[in-house]
Amino acid sequence: MNEYIAHAGAADQLRVWHPFVSPLDPCPPIAEKTFIIPPNVTMPWQPPGLPQFSPYEALKLGTLWPAYYSPYETTPK
Amino acid sequence: MWIYEKKLQYPVKVSKCDPYMAKLLLEQYGGADGELAAALRYLNQRYTIPDKVIGLLTDIGTEEFAHLEMIATMVYKLTKDATPEQLRAAGLGDHYANHDKALFYQNASGVPWTATYIQAKGDPIADLYEDIAAEEKARATYQWLIDMTDDVDLQDGLKFLREREVIHSLRFREAVEILKESHGVKKVF
Repeated sequence: MNEYIAHAGAADQLRVWHPFVSPLDPCPPIAEKTFIIPPNVTMPWQPPGLPQFSPYEALKLGTLWPAYYSPYETTPK
Repeated sequence: MWIYEKKLQYPVKVSKCDPYMAKLLLEQYGGADGELAAALRYLNQRYTIPDKVIGLLTDIGTEEFAHLEMIATMVYKLTKDATPEQLRAAGLGDHYANHDKALFYQNASGVPWTATYIQAKGDPIADLYEDIAAEEKARATYQWLIDMTDDVDLQDGLKFLREREVIHSLRFREAVEILKESHGVKKVF
């Protein structure tokens, strides 16, 4: 399970962009913002025969397929 | 159609980190007497008003969109660098839950904009009197917003917008005088 989660981890679903930062901004700038491209976007048609989590892990994670697992951790944005 | 100039009508500068002020400014963004309501009200009333005052509604309605951009810029500058925790502390936790940091057409209390904020009665006097009232209410809202911040740079932008409401009201009052057709006519009572 751990290797699947590492494989389908947040990193390759994360996109980073850099909004304009003005020297006149009133608050300390957040230079980097992120958003997520979930796997249902990159693989919009599920191919057959994908590797599966164990039933127990699937119940916990919400999907049977590591390829469609989308973890979410709070990131500063 | 419109020609767009990629700059603000008046420079917006915000110098105090005060995300709570963004919440208050939303009153002029998506509130009942806000700039969105004003622009849509005037631009819609144009079609059924006497020819002499159509141009006035077009010009003022267009300027209201320029004001909407200024308010949006103020709100964005005040929220773009806030963490979710800071937004929550500023009373914007419910906004974050629904919209992240996206702007939305709602008032300071989070009530979404609705077309019931505006009227189109078709009667020229009724419509122009509503427009005059809307300008005075917007002027008052700007006053209360100026009262709610000590950022002189933000106040500067708000004071410009407040003055425009004063002038818009004047022009609508002049439009009423034009429709009364007593303007410039010598009358002996």
